[in-house]
Amino acid sequence: MKTFKIGGVHPEENKLASNKAIEVLPIPQKVCIPITQHLGAPSTLVVEKGANVKVGQLLAKADAFICANVHSSVSGKISKIDTTTDTSGYRKTSVFIDVEGDEWEESIDKSDAIIKEIKLSKEEIIAKIKDMGIVGLGGATFPTHVKLMVPQGKKADVLIINGVECEPYLTSDHRVMLEKGEEMLVGVSILMKGLGVEKAMIGIENNKADAISHLQNLSGNFNGIEVHALKVKYPQGAEKQLIKALINREVPAGKLPIEVGCVVSNAGTAFAVYEAIQKNKPLFERVVTVTGKSVKKPSNFMVRLGVAVNELIERAGGLPEDTGKVISGGPMMGKSLNSLDVPVVKGTSGILIMTQKESKRVEIQNCIRCGKCITVCPMGLEPYLLAQVAENANFETAENERVMDCIECGSCHYTCPSGRPLLDYLRVGKNKVGQIIRNRANN
Amino acid sequence: MNQVLIYSIIALGSIGAISAIILYFVAQKFKVIEDPRIDEVADKLPGANCGGCGFAGCRNFAEAIVKAGNMDNLNCPVGGNAIIKEVAPILGIVAVVRDPQIAVVRCSGSRANAPQKVVYDSASTCVFAHGLFSGESGCPHGCLGLGDCVVSCKFDAIYIDETTGLPVVSNEKCVACGACVKACPRAIIEIRNKNKKDRRIFVSCINQEKGAVAKKNCEVACIGCGKCVKVCNFDAITLKNNLAYIDFTKCTLCRKCVEECPTNAINELNFPPRKPKTEKAESVSTEL
Repeated sequence: MKTFKIGGVHPEENKLASNKAIEVLPIPQKVCIPITQHLGAPSTLVVEKGANVKVGQLLAKADAFICANVHSSVSGKISKIDTTTDTSGYRKTSVFIDVEGDEWEESIDKSDAIIKEIKLSKEEIIAKIKDMGIVGLGGATFPTHVKLMVPQGKKADVLIINGVECEPYLTSDHRVMLEKGEEMLVGVSILMKGLGVEKAMIGIENNKADAISHLQNLSGNFNGIEVHALKVKYPQGAEKQLIKALINREVPAGKLPIEVGCVVSNAGTAFAVYEAIQKNKPLFERVVTVTGKSVKKPSNFMVRLGVAVNELIERAGGLPEDTGKVISGGPMMGKSLNSLDVPVVKGTSGILIMTQKESKRVEIQNCIRCGKCITVCPMGLEPYLLAQVAENANFETAENERVMDCIECGSCHYTCPSGRPLLDYLRVGKNKVGQIIRNRANN
Repeated sequence: MNQVLIYSIIALGSIGAISAIILYFVAQKFKVIEDPRIDEVADKLPGANCGGCGFAGCRNFAEAIVKAGNMDNLNCPVGGNAIIKEVAPILGIVAVVRDPQIAVVRCSGSRANAPQKVVYDSASTCVFAHGLFSGESGCPHGCLGLGDCVVSCKFDAIYIDETTGLPVVSNEKCVACGACVKACPRAIIEIRNKNKKDRRIFVSCINQEKGAVAKKNCEVACIGCGKCVKVCNFDAITLKNNLAYIDFTKCTLCRKCVEECPTNAINELNFPPRKPKTEKAESVSTEL
């Protein structure tokens, strides 16, 4: 069975919600929609306070190249335009809407019928994906239309669909593949047409045997789509690792996958693309896993974007008493939340609740130079060294030692016997080096 | 036996003599003429090599002074006016007396005023905490209390108070070298004039959020109401981005703004006590 070669770890899977069907959450009373929910330049606000909006109406428009539209997830009145805290506690401009009814834009097709025929041309598909504000739903939230626009001189020959979901606990993509398999495969065909390739490969880790067999059965009806089972290993869902595992090509340092002729997209994104193209539905809802060992009902919810994390937790049986941390995302890469009023955004793949015992970190001790972090680093870096130079503010060395290649998977942190928060060091180091590089480019 | 001794003495002696002659001419040819005043100035400087003047060490600073020929833009914060008086005659200039300065911590978000909402358990330096999240109290501008400033201070003049969790600057020890200003990732510390009897008035907050938001996280945040700006008779206070700032060159220490401030965000230090007029949130002293 295929997998990537360098590094990797095997954290406990804990896929507690994998057999829970997607539950549609009732429409919330209030939502708060941040106008920047993607990677790249901020979007520009196009609505005003007091205006009435419908479900799917444009709230913020993409001006820059790497940028995405943001749409309203509910109908109602805009009560205010203010700032709200994001996952890290810093404030971002957001639109607050008081919900009144559930009135959708007329163009959106609300029926469940599956439309297989793709009428649009390549250019129309890309333009429509851009209009509908589709971004990568795996967590990095890179605008999907940008991926489809292949730069001149480069050629894509294969589309890779990421159904790996290697983060422990998270099951949102798994449920989408099981329940919305056919729609997702239509979405894959649309992406193939948009990219201009004849072949797509779906990579799924073999702990999701039901999803693999389900999609393998369905894929017979679609041209050029292959489903591949992969050996379970974290971080296989990182795009460079997935490319290596599936087609054995290596993306050069600091380059995008298009360099080796492929484009990677998430399974959840493929479903969103289907809805956008065939049903005219902008990206305003997504599947979020709410899970944790102490949670009463670990569940997968289909939620409108902008609803507070609090409401999701209530729905899953309430916040357990001995909660130590609430994490947005998975346990390896996720960020612990500062407050439960944080809204669900396009990149929220899961909410993980950890008990005090689970979330307690071991005491930070000195590095003993055991080299375990080097063994597990999937990018072949030396995390202990990068952490050390970042700690000493020696960012020049950090850049030379390729800190920017770090994919922030957290394998080094997971494996460190001294309990050193290597990922935190690397994240800050990456930020600082990124600033230095940008400053250099501007001058 | 004797002959060997004589030959050795002659051989080694002549090598020595020839080398001495060569070295003499080489030394003449490549002579480095250094201004003798540099040594004199360097002798007067404190020799702490703290870097507070902006140079790597005291000798570099001495070189810079002699090269410039005046001390208009150069200042040794450690030595202060005493050093300037001693150095000025060497350069043959008149000593310019500067006001003594001190580091001021512009945050009163103590544990009582800005209660802890979350627990931070990663790398315990301010730089990393700042890079990862907004802070345990939720204020994205407030002091993180992990002590990067304490580590940076070469004069042992700053420490973290156990009860408030905020840095405290010593009036006697601080030399205003500015090392803590550079170390603080949130630019909370500022160098301000020391004034007579160490009396100082400053806005002890740098939060630029809207008033309601800032107040939510911290009792004593500046809410940008502008009352202090109106009450000031000397145009010393400016309001920018929901934050008041007192210009210490214009401030006359009249204390009107301190009374006016509704959140007690303006701190007065080392003034004689006066009768309290209204019950306000407890202000936190950031001085010894």
